[in-house]
Amino acid sequence: MSLRSPLSRVLGLGSAKDGTGHWWAERVTSVALIPLTLWFFFSLLLLPGLDYGTARAWLALPISSFLAVLSIGVLTFHAYLGTTTVIEDYVHAAGMKVLSLMLLRFVHVLVGGAGIFAVLRVAFGSSAS
Amino acid sequence: MPARVRPLSPHLEVYRWQIGNTLSILHRFTGLALALGLVALSYWLICLAGGEEAYGGAMRIFASPPGLMFLIGWTFSFLYHLLNGMRHLLWDAGYGFERTQRHVSGWIAVLGAVGLTACIWLVIWRGLQP
Repeated sequence: MSLRSPLSRVLGLGSAKDGTGHWWAERVTSVALIPLTLWFFFSLLLLPGLDYGTARAWLALPISSFLAVLSIGVLTFHAYLGTTTVIEDYVHAAGMKVLSLMLLRFVHVLVGGAGIFAVLRVAFGSSAS
Repeated sequence: MPARVRPLSPHLEVYRWQIGNTLSILHRFTGLALALGLVALSYWLICLAGGEEAYGGAMRIFASPPGLMFLIGWTFSFLYHLLNGMRHLLWDAGYGFERTQRHVSGWIAVLGAVGLTACIWLVIWRGLQP
């Protein structure tokens, strides 16, 4: 006799409640990040300089801002998945665990959101100067 | 009855140090470093969007000695996490589990990351010379 409810058996999710969802999302984002991060890294590296004008002109290109938004979005999600695993592995006190997981989520949305917003500002040209 | 206090997850102290667990731990550490690097990347983009003055301030921080140390560490973390991540993806697909394959791919990840970091920063350093 199984102690699992019929619903949980139908859903096929083990004791972790979300089955292989987290593991699979880590794999999908890491595969996507191979071309995205290589593009970001080598684009910056191959610019003739990193002065204000050059960097801004590069990021304002539609292809650059589009890929930069995708990169930051996927990077943030991947970083969130990874750091969540570290907290789950090493923070055991129940209250502290919930608190740090919540804080981690807030920080990632904040950092990723701010980065994407900055790229959009450059792309659509609403600069202070 | 009070619950017995048992170790819950990765109890690192039971492992003998060898290439496999060392590289696995390094993968996690470089991942954490890259998560911090994401904050720096967002900061750089915010300053780039904020105008010439803000951007100059950010670039002065990155060009300072601690800033350069951070960027070199970031380069290594990125390249190592990328190479070792591909190693993990190959394992997930079912390849490369033999002892020799594990060791060779591990050394490729470490030495590749160290070598590429050195090459990239040598080129940058030479580019900065007048």
